[in-house]
Amino acid sequence: MIYFDNVSKIYNGNEPALQDITLSVEQSEFVSIVGHSGAGKTTLLKMLLVEDSPTSGSIFFESANIHNLSREELNKLRRRIGMVFQDFRLISNKTAYENIAFAMEAAGRSEEEISTDVPYVLDLVDLGDKIWNFPRELSGGEQQRVAIARAIVNQPDVVIADEPTGNLDPVSTFDIVQILKKINDLGTTVLLATHNKGVIDSLGRRVITMDGGRIIRDDKTGQYAL
Amino acid sequence: MWWTNVKRIIKYGSVGFIRNSFVSLSTILVMTVTLFVIGSLIFIGAVLNNTLNQVRNKVDINVYFVTTANEGNILSLKKSIEALAEVSSVEYVSREQALSEFRKRHANDQLTLQALDELNENPLGASLSIRAKETSQYEGIATFLENDVAVSAGKEPIIEKINFFQNKVAIDRLTRIIDSSKKFGIAIIIFLLVSSIMITFNTIRLAIYTSRDEISVMKLVGAGNSYVRGPFVFEGVLYGVVAGVITLILFYPLTLWLGPVTEGFFNDINIFQYYLDNFGQIFLIIMGTGILLGATSSYLAVRRYLKV
Repeated sequence: MIYFDNVSKIYNGNEPALQDITLSVEQSEFVSIVGHSGAGKTTLLKMLLVEDSPTSGSIFFESANIHNLSREELNKLRRRIGMVFQDFRLISNKTAYENIAFAMEAAGRSEEEISTDVPYVLDLVDLGDKIWNFPRELSGGEQQRVAIARAIVNQPDVVIADEPTGNLDPVSTFDIVQILKKINDLGTTVLLATHNKGVIDSLGRRVITMDGGRIIRDDKTGQYAL
Repeated sequence: MWWTNVKRIIKYGSVGFIRNSFVSLSTILVMTVTLFVIGSLIFIGAVLNNTLNQVRNKVDINVYFVTTANEGNILSLKKSIEALAEVSSVEYVSREQALSEFRKRHANDQLTLQALDELNENPLGASLSIRAKETSQYEGIATFLENDVAVSAGKEPIIEKINFFQNKVAIDRLTRIIDSSKKFGIAIIIFLLVSSIMITFNTIRLAIYTSRDEISVMKLVGAGNSYVRGPFVFEGVLYGVVAGVITLILFYPLTLWLGPVTEGFFNDINIFQYYLDNFGQIFLIIMGTGILLGATSSYLAVRRYLKV
């Protein structure tokens, strides 16, 4: 479903952030990407969201080269990808409900869908009682769960989570990983970038290990190997 | 779909306006100052124009004729003066009118009236008072009259005196003052307008700068540019409307208070009356500027954060 073809990225003549990455991800896979800071995990995910474009090579989503899309097609693509960030990136002056509703509105959903789906996904991440709270009134773990709810509310084909547990305590981390697993069990492809050994070892799914912008290992049922 | 989007844009614009109340308040205050400057310029312009017109209307050329001048000759001269492009009006005062005006003016002065009665004849000559369209044109009219006098030099002269040459210095100076005050006024207007617009633009840009992360998140969840921009532009319009209303309300007591002052000082223009008479026009200018300023500032400020 996702295919990286010989992708490299070089920022301003420095060491390459990505070097000759060739990688494919199948539908409904749960893929973890591990590596030290600066190994290229975030850059790889940014390429997939078209936040940045590769210096050479191309990236395909289904059959479309995503760096050749028009603005309108790009917006449509982004609605098929749910994104979860380390720093949550919720909109601070919108409530939990509105943050999620916004993603649905951007996708052009009707008010009826929004009023039924938003409480549903918030229940799914166990935040049914915090619907009207603003992000500043929620703990880190709760904010991240809102962010995950936002990422999945449009029933995306892929959920990309970039260090989603980086700012969280172990209990919240466990919760988040359970939610991601649940999402994957429902058929959504999940890409998870992390350097949390415990998370990787507990998952027992495919692990891609990166170092210096290259893929150095790709194990079907991997362990954290750095 | 389209209508749903418009409704959502209006909703989020209003919600943002209320939730960021402090930012909204400061933006509105800055914008009110801008609109106030623009409004004041309208009033100052009106007072200045009115004063200049009044002064200009007081300037004229008077041609006094000798008492023996034939009325037919005077009227034909009047006709040829009226034919000049620079002339806006020519008023003929006959000898009889001059006399009756003189009597009216000296109604309380028995001595003068008695002296007048002693004369068997009307001692006053007829006169023409000539108004030009522009003060700078008096010179040309005066030259024309002078030539006319020269042409009729052979015959018995009918013009006794032309008072332009006595007032020439004053008229020249007035022309210069009017010219330079116009230029100066335009320069000040442009300066004030540009600086206040820039301040407003910058304030709105700062307000939106605080939302730059939000904008990038909106883009990453797949919102289109116009959908992200809409609420901000609507918020900008709201700033303009509120600031416009505040400005229009502020001008009410202010002009009410200043009205009698301006009436006494510049005579004939009461800015309170002017405000009421031209309210429609002033309303449109203030509101239009506010809305346009708010909307374009927001539009431009959001644009730089949309490139995700």
